[in-house]
Amino acid sequence: MSVLVFVESDNGSIKSSSHEAVVYAKELGAGEVTAVAVGSISADELADLGKYGAAKVLHAADEKLNDNVIMATATIIAAAASQTDASIVVMARSSLVDAVAARVAIKTGASVATNVVALPDTSAGFVVKRGVYTGKAFANVSLPGAKKVITIAKNTVAAEPGEGTASVEVFSADFGEKDFATARKDVKKAEGDILLPEADRVVSAGRGLKGPENWGMIEDLAKTLGAATACSKPVSDMEWRPHHEHVGQTGIKISPTLYIAVGISGAIQHLAGVNSSKVIVVVNKDPEAPFFKAADYGVVGDAFDVIPRLNEALKKVL
Amino acid sequence: MKILVCISHVPDTTTKIKFKDNKLDEDGVSFIIGPYDDYALARAIEIKTDTNGTVTVLNVGTAVTEPTLRKALAIGADDAIRVDAEPTDALFVAEQITAIAKENGYDMILMGRESSDFNGGLVHGMVGEMLGWPSIAPCMKLDLDGTTATLAREIEGGKETLEVSLPFVAGCQEPIAEWKIPNMRGIMMARKKPLNVVQPVGVDNVTEYKSFELPAEKAGCKLVDADNLDELVSLLKNEAKVL
Repeated sequence: MSVLVFVESDNGSIKSSSHEAVVYAKELGAGEVTAVAVGSISADELADLGKYGAAKVLHAADEKLNDNVIMATATIIAAAASQTDASIVVMARSSLVDAVAARVAIKTGASVATNVVALPDTSAGFVVKRGVYTGKAFANVSLPGAKKVITIAKNTVAAEPGEGTASVEVFSADFGEKDFATARKDVKKAEGDILLPEADRVVSAGRGLKGPENWGMIEDLAKTLGAATACSKPVSDMEWRPHHEHVGQTGIKISPTLYIAVGISGAIQHLAGVNSSKVIVVVNKDPEAPFFKAADYGVVGDAFDVIPRLNEALKKVL
Repeated sequence: MKILVCISHVPDTTTKIKFKDNKLDEDGVSFIIGPYDDYALARAIEIKTDTNGTVTVLNVGTAVTEPTLRKALAIGADDAIRVDAEPTDALFVAEQITAIAKENGYDMILMGRESSDFNGGLVHGMVGEMLGWPSIAPCMKLDLDGTTATLAREIEGGKETLEVSLPFVAGCQEPIAEWKIPNMRGIMMARKKPLNVVQPVGVDNVTEYKSFELPAEKAGCKLVDADNLDELVSLLKNEAKVL
């Protein structure tokens, strides 16, 4: 028995969510953990996957894989699963993994569960807890297949490095003729920002900010906290902020340890995207805003007054 | 352009989710076209208009989903197919779609990036893999030039653009198109459009839903005075331990 973990990088560095996936794979206790990594990542960083529990790393270093090619990545993961005879494939959710997991499941004939939020219950079979109804509920799903594919949500396990070094082997697969059919032609990416789905802290703002010109104080607060910025759906619809910052039912679902919502009333559709956050702080001038019911801490006050002062208060301790 | 749009039949997004007898308590719940599927349908109707094509809508579900399919016809789809079965898991649904695609032949298959009930986000990738077609998700832009499609995918912190040749599968999301609201003429015409009921192909389930639960209730919101933000910082640091 063995477990395979897919490891993703961003700008050559392994993502923290991938470290979490390696820890999750180790904690499954279902045999040796092998990681399969794609694209340009340094040998040291790959060997360091041993600190999270990987015994071995298969490195598909082909530069063509740097661009998150959906079909080719699925081929690599399925080939690695076959070579290591993996009974379980673990991946951390990302825009790539969300597109790839289904293809890997079909290629390997696996039972598949996405958006898993906890380690499985193996007392009777293999039952995982996953988010359903867009963050409003959880389902316990049995995966009876001999092979399984699991994608996990951010912060499902903590990724604290320990000791260990993984052996690194170069790996390749026989690509099919269409495997690079979805190759990237162009990419537009906010540089230097903390990626929202990866962020441990998120500062989010809504219509209460009155206009895009007022986002400076939100960005300042995010900078103090080392947080990513996010926004509500109306704000993205009005193009005050880019679409990739929209969290909610039809936007990104996030599960940071700290979510600060400023000037967002907290409609049920917004809560669906953020209610997996560990701690929620709401700042709103309307004491009746429904978001306070879903919050851990609340401040009733005008954002324009509260946020700059909160920033100063935080700077004293950070 | 011959387009297949796969739609889910899901609780309205404002529904307060409750469970009864280990399944969704449907009492008082109204059902809609999946919000992401609705974006896919809207873009498909636009492409159909531009290319003088056809749009077929497909749902895997029991007879209760027919009003949802009729709504898609009212929005502008030409015909509908209902695979008469409970959609028990992603693979089951993907196998039904694949069987129909093989029988009828389509230039593209569009659907939402995920259903808003079970949120698996798997069906588009499974169908793509089974048909040997590219699958692209989450797709936020789709333009056609002859038999080449330019698509934008949302990625962390931005978007990437890619080009594929027909045929392909895409799992869509906003802002690919604006949702379309059916007008009276569309609603009248939808009654006469064909809605074909077909039997499912046999598939073994690879997952089994055992039980459901609701998220733990929050202990309650601790309000901090706007003039005492040091206290909030102290609570975040020492009580919540998130700083």
